[in-house]
Amino acid sequence: MLSMTMMPAAIVNGLMFGAIYALVALGLTLIYGVLHIINFAHGALLMLALYATFYLFSLAGIDPYVSLLIVVPGSFFFGYALYRWGIGKLAHGRDQNILLITLGLAIVFENGALFLFSADQQTIDVPYAYESLDLGFVFLALPKVISFFASLTICLLLWLLMAKTDMGKAIRAVAKERQGARLVGINVEHVFALSYGIGIACLGAAGCLLLPSFYVDPSTGNIFVIIAFTIVVLGGMGSFVGALVGGFIIGITESVGGLYLGESLGQIGISLIFILILLFRPTGLFGSKV
Amino acid sequence: MLEVRGLEAGYGQVRILRGIDIDVADGEIVAVLGSNGAGKTTLNNNISGLYRPFAGSVRFAGEDVTGAASEAIVERGLVQVPEGRRIFPNMSVRENLELGSYRRGKPNRAANIARVLEIFPRLEERLGQAAGTLSGGEQQMLAIGRGLMAEPKLLILDEPSLGLSPLLVEQMFALIRRINDDGLAVVLVEQNVMQSLALADRAYVIENGAVTLSGAAAELLENADLKRAYLGI
Repeated sequence: MLSMTMMPAAIVNGLMFGAIYALVALGLTLIYGVLHIINFAHGALLMLALYATFYLFSLAGIDPYVSLLIVVPGSFFFGYALYRWGIGKLAHGRDQNILLITLGLAIVFENGALFLFSADQQTIDVPYAYESLDLGFVFLALPKVISFFASLTICLLLWLLMAKTDMGKAIRAVAKERQGARLVGINVEHVFALSYGIGIACLGAAGCLLLPSFYVDPSTGNIFVIIAFTIVVLGGMGSFVGALVGGFIIGITESVGGLYLGESLGQIGISLIFILILLFRPTGLFGSKV
Repeated sequence: MLEVRGLEAGYGQVRILRGIDIDVADGEIVAVLGSNGAGKTTLNNNISGLYRPFAGSVRFAGEDVTGAASEAIVERGLVQVPEGRRIFPNMSVRENLELGSYRRGKPNRAANIARVLEIFPRLEERLGQAAGTLSGGEQQMLAIGRGLMAEPKLLILDEPSLGLSPLLVEQMFALIRRINDDGLAVVLVEQNVMQSLALADRAYVIENGAVTLSGAAAELLENADLKRAYLGI
């Protein structure tokens, strides 16, 4: 059977894309873990990161991988400022307000992009786009391999940041015990904004890593945000390991599903996983018990 | 060291504190006593900068800290160990202690942890354990230890005896005495009137958001009103 011999290739391809999904989901799960809200602007902000990478390449000729150095810090500061002086101020301390504001921001960003950048799909043409690695049973596009390892590296760095630094510890403290955090002298509003900024920085990285093998238009983000949300639910809301493992599972599901059911139906598997998780393990794979 | 003058505070439109005056001198243990709902925790939270008072002033170590941000108040050495402990349950005991010194330089951290472990040896064997898995008494020790990590000049302890067995309360109060012997001023906010008065130098009794009694702890122990109010004698 043809599809059996193609199975390993589909799995490896799924892993490659899963790493990017994990990166997007990591940002979402971090923001959820600390702020206890779903960031509905996640997809729109990923779209903005993709456009930033696109224009840095098309206008300034900066390679997307070099752009990481600009777009990631840029996304962090944008996210930080957006929360500190936008979302946080407008929310007046109510979580449900944050939810509505991020939803509103998503609409503003998407329509702003539509107005400024038009609805056309944009791609970039980098010399290495069609280079590939031969693993014997599969040819892997070079950009996907790079994005795979870069995503894993970023996940590892983020884990180190959270586990080893005072900033990371403060973020974890605020996630579980806001008042206790205030009483040891942590500026909670600052930590909220930091977490939001780091979450958006993950999107900045995802944008740079995606663009060489993907496209951007004002609604690109939506593809990813639904998948990222599924990953966060699958892995467990707020769980880092969950986001990583969930990313790989979803990447492989999509890729293998595509192999058997065709590209357009491949995503059925993702929805199926989403429903099954909600039915049988609502806390997710690595989520804590309620 | 701490001077609270005419403090009025509450939540939203609701006024809980109706003009409170409290003083704490260097090295003193001052008990703030009152039943549930008297306004003790509201008082703490307004002193610690978690809330902004409606009126009145809080001075600490000669500086006006009324309505200052909580991190600025911790920075100055006024540290609260809150009711319900508020430790970080998902993090290890060591990480909890480290976060206690979030506003202090890292160089002192190891020495401070060693000092806390000397006072609370029980925590040493639990260092790597998630704080949420500790027993109630251990969690209270951790909460106080975390407070000490901030190198306080004044430590406010909000109901440290809450939920502890009588024997543990006795041990806890002995440890508070020991912390105070090192020169640290302590405000002990309690419902446990007799034991608190036995430990404290001076005391304030709060009822319905106002100070109704104050004076040397030894005198209050003999006070007929207090006995009537709290002991039903």
